[in-house]
Amino acid sequence: MKYIDEYRKKDLILAVSEELKRVSKKKITLMEVCGGHTMAIHRFGLHTLLPPSIRLLSGPGCPVCVSSQHFLDTAIAYSKVPGAIITTYGDLIRVPGSVSSLEKEKANGKDIRIVYSVLDSLEIARNNPGRPLFFLGIGFETTAPATAAAIVQAKTDNISNFFVLSAHKVMPPVMKALVDEGVKIDGFIAPGHVTAITGTAIYNDLATVYGLGVVVAGFEPVDMMQAILMLTRQLEAGEPKVEIQYKRIVHHAGNTIAAGFLNRVFEPRDDRWRGLGTIPASGLKIRDEFSAFDAEKTFPLTVPVPTDPKGCICGSILRGLKTPNDCGLFATRCTPSDPVGACMVSGEGTCATYYKYRS
Amino acid sequence: MCLAIPAKVISIEGSNALVTIEDVEYQASLLLIDDVHPGDFVMIHAGFAIEKVDAEEAAETLRLLNEIAANSPQ
Repeated sequence: MKYIDEYRKKDLILAVSEELKRVSKKKITLMEVCGGHTMAIHRFGLHTLLPPSIRLLSGPGCPVCVSSQHFLDTAIAYSKVPGAIITTYGDLIRVPGSVSSLEKEKANGKDIRIVYSVLDSLEIARNNPGRPLFFLGIGFETTAPATAAAIVQAKTDNISNFFVLSAHKVMPPVMKALVDEGVKIDGFIAPGHVTAITGTAIYNDLATVYGLGVVVAGFEPVDMMQAILMLTRQLEAGEPKVEIQYKRIVHHAGNTIAAGFLNRVFEPRDDRWRGLGTIPASGLKIRDEFSAFDAEKTFPLTVPVPTDPKGCICGSILRGLKTPNDCGLFATRCTPSDPVGACMVSGEGTCATYYKYRS
Repeated sequence: MCLAIPAKVISIEGSNALVTIEDVEYQASLLLIDDVHPGDFVMIHAGFAIEKVDAEEAAETLRLLNEIAANSPQ
């Protein structure tokens, strides 16, 4: 496959591995904050190709994993609104709320449909004019522009039964929160597609104020190895900065059209992250101008905030403080087919990844 | 969820494109990018093209990596 196969070539992966062993002297800890990166590392066994001086941590990069139980409980509550159609990306369908899941509610007869694109949701709304259509907006800056574009389209086309329940989140506040909390990180492997939208300025503080290296990485094994090499070189030289490895997609200015949609429709708000609590300015709320499409404004529901499931250490895993192997429920009570926490349910979750690639 | 996949643009109609990924056809919205032409490669995420693939940068990345491989004592 073009633009994929070339970045999986074994000789290039091994060459970078050799170069890393040559140049890496200082002990460094690097964190990736994207489920796609977690998967790439484990699928291709990249952590086995690094010298012992480099430690990799997986952070809270999976938007499904960090969707709070409360969000799922709220989505399930919306499915009970008379005539409601719930539309969602497939990732959320099996995530456990405090009592049930969207999949279980669907089996119980609620109209819950998986969509590939938010525009499919808009079409369903268009075709079902009498019924309230709710779209569950999850994802980071990669995905939020699509939701924003759909809301703008709904306004232009006067679709009055399309409502978005936004759980969209943004990356930089949680990255800073982890460092502020004292998680020992020397550099971040930054998410390639988030940055393709936002541009690199969002990471400047991490380098200039916190002194951390940041390299925006692609998702193929060669991309990740090259990004780790770039971070290692920065940290060996004592020159942390923001760089792009994923140059074929990411530009320093980002995608201003997509970012424009995001900023036009959404504004920041404090938000609850599963396992991490509330992080200031880390969520995206629909602006007042578009409140006709905001499920929270048009159908306000009060749903109690549940307590975290017993024994689940997703919070520590999402912070990179513990690994799935430290969890008493891992691979016993909590498995992909019967998950307790979201880290196991999402295909990109740390626990699901460890489970899939465990030896 | 952060995954996007490179796809070749076959044809464009308004703000939608017909793209192929390994010869399988998909629809993708072009609402989030501009200046796209048939033959270009774009990254598709959740039904939207979110960025064009820059062929020159792609080649340059590989060139740098091949250089490391060439200098590698193996």
